[in-house]
Amino acid sequence: MKKITIVIFILCMAPFSDLFAAESGMALDSAPVSTTDNASLQRGAESFVNYCLTCHGASYMRYNRHRDIGFTNEEILTKLVFTGQKVGGLMESAMQKKEGEVWFGVAPPDLSVIARSRGADWLYTYLRAFYRDDSTATGWNNLVFDRAAMPHVFYQLQGEQKLVIKTSDKGEQKTLVLDKQGEMTKAEFDNFVGDLVNYLVYLGEPHANARKELGLTVMAFLLGMLILSYALKREYWKDIH
Amino acid sequence: MNKIIEWIDKRFPLTSNWKAHLSEYYAPKNFNFWYFFGSLALLVLVNQILTGIFLTMNYKPDAGMAFASVEYIMRDVDYGWLIRYMHSTGASMFFVVVYLHMFRGMMYGSYQKPRELLWLVGMAIFLVLMSLAFTGYILPWGQMSYWGAQVIVSMFGAIPTIGESLQQWVLGDFTLSDVALNRFFAYHVVTLPLIMLVLVFAHILALHEVGSNNPDGIEIKANKNPKTGIPVDGIPFHPYYSVKDIVGVVVFLMVFCGIVFFAPEMGGYFLEYNNFIPANTLQTPDHIAPVWYFTPYYSMLRAVTVNFLWVDAKLWGVILMAASVVIFAFLPWLDRSPVKSIRYKGKYFKTALTLFVISFFVLGWLGTKSPTPLYTLLAQIFTVIYFAFFILMPWYSKIDKTKPEPKRVKE
Repeated sequence: MKKITIVIFILCMAPFSDLFAAESGMALDSAPVSTTDNASLQRGAESFVNYCLTCHGASYMRYNRHRDIGFTNEEILTKLVFTGQKVGGLMESAMQKKEGEVWFGVAPPDLSVIARSRGADWLYTYLRAFYRDDSTATGWNNLVFDRAAMPHVFYQLQGEQKLVIKTSDKGEQKTLVLDKQGEMTKAEFDNFVGDLVNYLVYLGEPHANARKELGLTVMAFLLGMLILSYALKREYWKDIH
Repeated sequence: MNKIIEWIDKRFPLTSNWKAHLSEYYAPKNFNFWYFFGSLALLVLVNQILTGIFLTMNYKPDAGMAFASVEYIMRDVDYGWLIRYMHSTGASMFFVVVYLHMFRGMMYGSYQKPRELLWLVGMAIFLVLMSLAFTGYILPWGQMSYWGAQVIVSMFGAIPTIGESLQQWVLGDFTLSDVALNRFFAYHVVTLPLIMLVLVFAHILALHEVGSNNPDGIEIKANKNPKTGIPVDGIPFHPYYSVKDIVGVVVFLMVFCGIVFFAPEMGGYFLEYNNFIPANTLQTPDHIAPVWYFTPYYSMLRAVTVNFLWVDAKLWGVILMAASVVIFAFLPWLDRSPVKSIRYKGKYFKTALTLFVISFFVLGWLGTKSPTPLYTLLAQIFTVIYFAFFILMPWYSKIDKTKPEPKRVKE
């Protein structure tokens, strides 16, 4: 019995104990995700085609899917399609994979499902965590993704950050401070990245809203079925003793 | 209607089978919560087959196209996302219901005489299910598909002398490639489901031959009504258990649909986040973890860290992992208890089963983590407990103080 108690104790403590701390990483900021906010998604979509699609593809996604977030076909063609594709075409990058490998060392990954592998919070923190670092090939480094191959594509908007390292008893603490002001204030830039990440979440699973909507109908149906089937069971079983 | 049935009955044993397996199959009347999972496993099997058929219509078993074809299903196929999530959730829920089904058997001694063959067929189903899960997980050709499969396949390489050539024979190539993807697809959609269906059929046939066990672990056939020859504690499966199982099905579907519609990734446990990255043969992920249902065995594979008796640690890991699965098959002969059900077993068995369940969970949890010295030590301790449950069973089940079984099932 004693053994069991000890084991159960360990088991219960496991998720909380420092001994069992998960792989440590930088604390991530919480991304303002709301995939029902069409205005935010539309802003994010436009930023995406302007800033990301030049190098990255989203090649599992079709342009005309953006009718989901309130665009018309005409708006899609004028606001999103810059590569001469048809409205039903896939969002392929303008850049060739080979060129990417030559320019950045690795081909920029396709972003269709990036929010599903990285998570919104990681993307939101990463895109805001670039800082000047002359030791890298691009002149930029990232606090979340050390030596990321991607340069800071938003530096005109955000400005330039620099890394400040404070050493205390707790060890090194790395923070970023704005060195040169960009075109946007911090709040504006946070909103800008927030919209973009919100769009990336939508891009990862365009049917997510439809999924949840249908789910409510299905659950309501099942609840009705539960009542009926339970009543049926009771009726049949009342003579079993 | 009667005439049609009469016509059929002269040519095919319809009514006699209906009676033998449903309307006059007498099941104990005291089934509890734990007896839902057999019918639920059948439901999930049907779900997997139906959704699987629709997935194959758009999936491309080609290393260059597989990942994109899954995303095509998720985006461009009408309700493709629903079919895919039902299939991926079904895979995990298959293991949930099968583990609970097996645990039921362990609690109530359902593997004991005369149900040894029933248990063995069930074990074969479990092995086929694991193979189905493994071959299916490769198909999306994501990072975890690729590297998870790489880990499993490399286990063949651990076998001395023939290992390397066996591995190449299985893969049809020197590494995991398009060739293997194609054959694993064939196994996943043709070979294994066919074997599965035959085994499930045999499982039900064997069950209906010996009759169902029950939470009291006593044979209802031992006490029949002398006039009718029907067990006094038995009730016809249909309509009693058919209507009861429908309630179970609806409750299960509420859980199932809750996951499909509101949490299809299940926090990265049902669909791993890294599997949304296309397979990259040149980039090994920092952390390779199998899907949750394989993690207890994966922990045991990693738990062996020393060479022992001229056999190196890797091979011991593989042997231990294989043993951890196969050892369930020996339960009918390991259990020497005079009673079947946990209700009448003594303290030793109850303690052993509790420790076993705890070790299964801890090993499962450890299998999702990157190994550290502490985790490895824990995995080793719990591997010992896991195996002790089985290996010491002939001893503790024999000396355990059991309670007398009742003559009739309890309400």
